[in-house]
Amino acid sequence: MPASVGWVWLVVLLPLAGFVANGALSLLRPEAKRAVSAIGVGVLVLSFLIAVGVVGGVATAAPHSPYVLTYWQWMPAGGLEIDLAFQVDQLSAVMLMVVTGVSMVIHIFSVGYMGDDPGYARYFAYLNLFVFFMLVLVLGANFPVMFVGWEGVGLCSYLLIGFWFENNAFADAGKKAFIMNRIGDFGFLIAMFMIFHAVGSLSFVEVFEAAPGTFEVGGTTITLITLALFLGCAGKSAQIPLYTWLPDAMAGPTPVSALIHAATMVTAGVYLVARTNVLFAIAPVSSFVVAAVGAATALFAATIALKQWDIKKVLAYSTVSQLGYMFMGVGVGAYAAGMFHLTTHAFFKALLFLGSGSVIHALHHAYHATHRHEDAQDMRNMGGLRRAMPWTTGFMWVATLAIAGVPLFSGFFSKDEILAMTFVRGHDAGAFYVLWMVGVVAALLTAFYMTRMMLYTFHGPNRTGEQERGHLREAPWVMTGPLLVLAVGSVFAGLLNLPAILPGSGWLHHWLEPVTEGSAAYLPDLHLGSDTEWMLLGLATVVAAAGILGAWNFLKPAQLKPAREAPVETGIQRVLLRKWYVDEIYDWLVVRPVMWMSDRAFWKVMDVKVIDGAFVNGSATVARALGWVGSRFQTGSVGVYLFLFVMGVLILMRAVIR
Amino acid sequence: MIGPRIDLSEPGGIAVALLPELILTGWCLVLMLAVAWRHRDEEDQRFVGHLALIALVTTLVAVVWFWIRDVGPVGLEVMVALDGFRYASATIFLLGGILAVMLSLGYLGRERMVVPEYYLLLLLATVGMMFMGGGADLIVIFLGLELMSVSVYVLAGINRRSVFAAEAALKYFLLGAFASAFFLYGIALIYGSTGSTNLTFIYVQVTSLGLESNLMLSVGVGMLLVGFGFKVAAVPFHMWTPDVYDGAPTPVTAFMAAAVKAAGFVALIRVLLQGLAPADAVWTEAVWWLAAITMVVGNLIALAQRHLKRMLAYSSIGHAGYLLTAVASGTELGAAALLYYVFAYTLMTVGAFAILAASGRGGEREVLIDDFSGLAQRRPWLAFAMTVFMLSLLGFPGTAGFIGKWYILSAAVDADQAVLAVVLVGASIVSAGYYLPVIMAMYMKPPISEAAHETTRVGGAARWVVGATAALLLLFGVWPNRALDVARDGSRQLTPDVMVTVSR
Repeated sequence: MPASVGWVWLVVLLPLAGFVANGALSLLRPEAKRAVSAIGVGVLVLSFLIAVGVVGGVATAAPHSPYVLTYWQWMPAGGLEIDLAFQVDQLSAVMLMVVTGVSMVIHIFSVGYMGDDPGYARYFAYLNLFVFFMLVLVLGANFPVMFVGWEGVGLCSYLLIGFWFENNAFADAGKKAFIMNRIGDFGFLIAMFMIFHAVGSLSFVEVFEAAPGTFEVGGTTITLITLALFLGCAGKSAQIPLYTWLPDAMAGPTPVSALIHAATMVTAGVYLVARTNVLFAIAPVSSFVVAAVGAATALFAATIALKQWDIKKVLAYSTVSQLGYMFMGVGVGAYAAGMFHLTTHAFFKALLFLGSGSVIHALHHAYHATHRHEDAQDMRNMGGLRRAMPWTTGFMWVATLAIAGVPLFSGFFSKDEILAMTFVRGHDAGAFYVLWMVGVVAALLTAFYMTRMMLYTFHGPNRTGEQERGHLREAPWVMTGPLLVLAVGSVFAGLLNLPAILPGSGWLHHWLEPVTEGSAAYLPDLHLGSDTEWMLLGLATVVAAAGILGAWNFLKPAQLKPAREAPVETGIQRVLLRKWYVDEIYDWLVVRPVMWMSDRAFWKVMDVKVIDGAFVNGSATVARALGWVGSRFQTGSVGVYLFLFVMGVLILMRAVIR
Repeated sequence: MIGPRIDLSEPGGIAVALLPELILTGWCLVLMLAVAWRHRDEEDQRFVGHLALIALVTTLVAVVWFWIRDVGPVGLEVMVALDGFRYASATIFLLGGILAVMLSLGYLGRERMVVPEYYLLLLLATVGMMFMGGGADLIVIFLGLELMSVSVYVLAGINRRSVFAAEAALKYFLLGAFASAFFLYGIALIYGSTGSTNLTFIYVQVTSLGLESNLMLSVGVGMLLVGFGFKVAAVPFHMWTPDVYDGAPTPVTAFMAAAVKAAGFVALIRVLLQGLAPADAVWTEAVWWLAAITMVVGNLIALAQRHLKRMLAYSSIGHAGYLLTAVASGTELGAAALLYYVFAYTLMTVGAFAILAASGRGGEREVLIDDFSGLAQRRPWLAFAMTVFMLSLLGFPGTAGFIGKWYILSAAVDADQAVLAVVLVGASIVSAGYYLPVIMAMYMKPPISEAAHETTRVGGAARWVVGATAALLLLFGVWPNRALDVARDGSRQLTPDVMVTVSR
């Protein structure tokens, strides 16, 4: 094992130390913002640098099996032995780079974005804690350690969505995210129990080694296990039917949306499928479910994004849609393609969110300066911002071209690879052609709604307001600098895994081979003829161009009215704006019945009458009455005492003599 | 490493083996002289008290020295034992004695009692306990028992102005004499059946002569159990306990609840394991039932109490039941659990009584649980310490009481007495019903009046008692390993390691 890999504990521990220090500062000296920034950003920079060393070690050694670093025995209980152990291999190396790299950039951005917030120290404490848990998640060498990270990031997500908890709606959004995630976590837990039952171990290395011998291909057990795992993924990564929390999660500060709800935490589900690729490969039905749910989510979320006015909501649905692509990738067995899209998406989506943060920051300050209360996130209040914010506009366009899939930008390659692999699978099963079609349509919509967002935000006339216009400013360098870094990544991250027809192709694919080779035996050979490949690349280009040009020609930013004066939508537009009424349906189908049951049946009858009344108070009353009866013998008279004493002697003698 | 070996068959050897007891007895003589010399006022009394403290500490040093050097016997233990169990139990008694003296230093003055003999009696009782824990012969144990009992009878009634104290002392004496008669009769019957009062020799005789179900021996064992049952306040021989605990001055109550009870248990388990282990069929079931009934009755009646002192008295009966559970297991693991629990129990009982002593006046008979309302607002540290004591008594995780209870449970389950373990857990749940209201009153209810807790004060040495006991309880609650090892080592080979060739 290379020496640098041994330092991986420091990568994890530094953010935790940052959390402790910033947490203490937030309680003791919340006004010490310089110290908070130094600690919060400093630990991330160090962590990132060490992570580079760790990944460098993995790259030079190119190990065939993962490095497992066991620190101590955590839960020894009968046959169950769980160690606190980290696993460093090619897959966790990719995640290590994405998580520490993007986190570092977003921490720097936050210094500018959150600078005026009174909860600055608390914010950085939470953010550091999040990075700690995220690293535990990606480095855990067994399911339970991963689950600790899994739950921890959920907690941090909750804390940060409800960061401005004085606002009731924001606090509710936090709760919604937490509860939705709990449904998924239930699946994760069930999967863990079943795996332990079947294999007798929970460590990744042992489970994946034993899996081919333990489970039969397509068997019930492995299908149930992987479906339960995927339920966990659907919760964490916002897939149908558990996606509704993610758009609401935009209540948190925008850098949080960029970090947690776009680049890192929500991709944990994709990572989990990639990590357990052996299990999913043995369960073809589950894999198809993953791909199908991914495709459906990609299309469904894209339709909703078409009609949203809140700039962050557009990006949120876009994230849900892109996560759908990633699941499509790992579902069809193209694990490297899924991870590839995860990586490129981390760059361009983080960039889009931070750019929108920069816009919101500018509008917020403008409205603050003139003391008007308008929605700083509504695109109808924007328009023409490119004049005031040229840098932000430029960077946002880079990210838009990347996500829309314009050739040579990173998103083009990663999205195309997923679609191509789906297309290849269509050779054996026609159903994959359907998924591919859905993916292509979603790609068209993606290009369309992203261009729409850019048009309404940065082009056309400005609708912010006469007085506010003069107050619109470009963000400071501490915010635009991170944008630049991410923009570079959004352009060049595609080089990681070029298509087979280009020179130097498939680097990430080969890099991940030691991790995915266990599943290769169960999958058909995902190989594409070069003619088909060119055809698909050409089609992707046409689709992206059609989406962008379509939006550019059809939409008329000049006719938009500010949010306050805008007319009410009707027909299909209204349905899309209201997100297909899914929240209302869930409310009616799930929330209300559960609330009714909890209130009437569980609380007022079960809890109050049965548990509190019969069990708790009843047993207490009986015990007290018995005690009172017993205390009546305590008369104070020695004669009575002696009588009982002698009775006791007689009984005792009876017990002793046999 | 084998420590020094002492030959107990010659008088010189016994004298050396009894060095700690002799030191403390010597100090008793010194105290007697000091009391005769100075007994006029509070000042004199404090002087005697400090002397007593020095006496206990020097004895403790001697005991610990024996312990560390691992002093053992050559061949049979005649009259007096030389093992870790004796040293560990003596340490607990001396600790109980030290805590009681420290509590009394301020208390006697506050209650305007000028009785310097008090400390002398406390020391004599401690000597008696050491003989009980260290005796390898039934006669030695009985002598220790009587020395302790007579001293404690007097201590219970030492406040001559209190009619309750006089009543308590008289009741205790009457019933105690009754119980001692049973005890002595039991010794006589055991001697009659085995021909010896030496514990190891009894063990050998019972095994080699096949006396396991001998009638005379069985009745003798039953009589012994009655005598011990009285001392440790096992139901139904417990009736004296609430009245005596209630009437005695609070530091004496603490001493009785902790050290006196500990001495009874230590002697009981030594007699049963070292002498009567082969006849375990005779006593296991009896102890089992004593344990179960004691736990249930003690805890249930405690639930009905509104006065803190009486509540603690009944709670101590409940704890006697827990300790009897350890005895009933009849194993060395049970003995280790008993040692650990007795240690923890000494700390938490003395601590709880120390706070009771701080909050009341005139014997604290009238202090209600509700009188603690709002203590957390006025005296946060005191309330915190009381919380620790209550939680530890309850057996809450994080406190030494939890570890002790868990250890007893594992000993019971290990000895296939799962039902008794279930009863113990059930009784503990009931006990939450009277420990938690104290915490609730302190933290969740407002003070009764503006003046409430104005006079509550732990001064001087008592403050150290409260602080040290609470800290130790928390320490041994989260870091029990070392103490558990010590308890286990102390109890190892309590049952004689003698080869018995049976010839019939």
